[in-house]
Amino acid sequence: MISGSTPSIRVDLQLIADMVEPSSRVLDVGCGDGALLQHLWKTKGVDGRGIELSQAGVNACVRNGLSAIQGDADTDLKDYPSDAFDYVILSQTLQATRNPQIVLDHMARIGRRSIISFPNFGYWRVRMSLAWNGRMPVTDNLPHKWYDTPNIHFCTIRDFVDLSHEMNLHVERGLALNGKGRPMGVTATSALANIMAEQAVFLLRRG
Amino acid sequence: MPTTESKSLPGQHIELGKNGKLRLDCGVELGPFPLAYQTYGELNADKSNAILICHALTGDQFVAETHPVTGKAGWWDQMVGPGKPMDTDRYFIICANVIGGCLGTVGPKETDPATGKPYGLNFPVITIADMVRAQRMLIDHLGIDQLFAVIGGSMGAMQVLDWAARYPERVFAAIPVAGAARHSAQNIAFHEVGRQAIMADPDWHGGDYLSHSTNPRRGLAVARMAAHITYLSETALHRKFGRNLQDRETLTFGFDADFQVESYLRHQGITFVERFDANSYLYITRAMDYFDLAAEFGSLPAAFENTPVRFCLVSFTSDWLFPTPESRAVVHALNAVAANVSFVEIDSDKGHDAFLLDEPEFRDVLGGFLNGCAEHKGLNR
Repeated sequence: MISGSTPSIRVDLQLIADMVEPSSRVLDVGCGDGALLQHLWKTKGVDGRGIELSQAGVNACVRNGLSAIQGDADTDLKDYPSDAFDYVILSQTLQATRNPQIVLDHMARIGRRSIISFPNFGYWRVRMSLAWNGRMPVTDNLPHKWYDTPNIHFCTIRDFVDLSHEMNLHVERGLALNGKGRPMGVTATSALANIMAEQAVFLLRRG
Repeated sequence: MPTTESKSLPGQHIELGKNGKLRLDCGVELGPFPLAYQTYGELNADKSNAILICHALTGDQFVAETHPVTGKAGWWDQMVGPGKPMDTDRYFIICANVIGGCLGTVGPKETDPATGKPYGLNFPVITIADMVRAQRMLIDHLGIDQLFAVIGGSMGAMQVLDWAARYPERVFAAIPVAGAARHSAQNIAFHEVGRQAIMADPDWHGGDYLSHSTNPRRGLAVARMAAHITYLSETALHRKFGRNLQDRETLTFGFDADFQVESYLRHQGITFVERFDANSYLYITRAMDYFDLAAEFGSLPAAFENTPVRFCLVSFTSDWLFPTPESRAVVHALNAVAANVSFVEIDSDKGHDAFLLDEPEFRDVLGGFLNGCAEHKGLNR
């Protein structure tokens, strides 16, 4: 039930929520059990919709009075008309899509702004893992082995920024986050962030 | 069920179409005509808490009470009542017998005022849209500007989709369950089997059996038996009956009901004819066959262009009569017009009938969706 007290949400989700204007229209791609959508509705009166791969996640959303459908970022974004939303959010899902560029393209088409969070493969521990151990990195935030990971398209922050430029997407905000999802006080586009940040959140606008 | 006098049934009866007839898709103008309906709960002061339930092919208005003909519990008893998803302490529930039906609303067994005899096959062919138009006349009569929700399963889901497409400003939320935006070729085929069974029964008399004081019981029972198979799933049938024998140790080498599943189907057929009219079965199955929302509106997205309605579609994994892709097609169309849509597929091995059975996940989802809608509409507790 969506009435009741506002639940606290993960720090990185809170940072995303802070980027969203009140009373806007939001599509959350990979909405999970709807924690962000619920927070946006309770605190900002946001008209939100979710797409989620797992049926259990979708059912949890609808049980809680949120609008959600079962769907896949790779295949189902094409159904949505252009400019249907103020924001399209993709939280910790980009690296699991089959074609990240097409997904980002659809997001930019459907929403006036896109918000994307992803793990930074340029993080120093990841680099060290490969350089010193000669093994694919396994960290708290990236706990899967190479053979069972759903994450098939990793990128560094620098890679992401390059692609954004290539796609003519303007970076309005970029936050470098530590492993706990807290902001580190450096802009995500800095060289330091590409080494020190474990995750990043970007607010993009069509250029 | 020619033995039951419709007017003696409990519930509400009104005459509709007294000022302005109901113009049917076939061109015939109907009215005035009787419509029977049932309500549960109280309509609030600003008439904002009404939920219209649309019943399925062989359903009726007795949703949540002992059925006056069969003596069984209401068909959606587990969904409607105090503290249930459609909470009668909070919502005002309406369910009307569809036109073409046989429990008090005008249909082929009712008396044609022009001839003083039962309509029989002189009853005009009706459509899902005609059923919805008649329901809208009832909602007008009750003074309700906007229904809080319209909900229904199977043929009820067709009516829900038609309501949302035809009268979007009159519907706040639409919940089509185990339905489709058009009747598939396979489903038309099954209906045709049922109709042919009825018409092949010599007691049918070209549809004029009431004048002959007969009833095509055998034909209607066979129609029901065939249809009943489509409401279940292979898994459910196997779990329930397997190859178990009925009250015997060995095969009889005859055509008696050796197997439990045969006995069960025969029972389904025999009990059905006690409560349903054969001509109604012809008319209502035809209405379902004719249903194709995309054909009427040009395309499925066009049917929902700029819709303000909040949708929640529900399907069941083992339903092969109205399988999940049918609901998903509607979801895609709604996405294409950026409608507010939720879609849940419920894991169940009970087939199409799952929507009538106690599925906790379905109950929770429905309750949650309605709660969310109530909050968005500002409906007070």
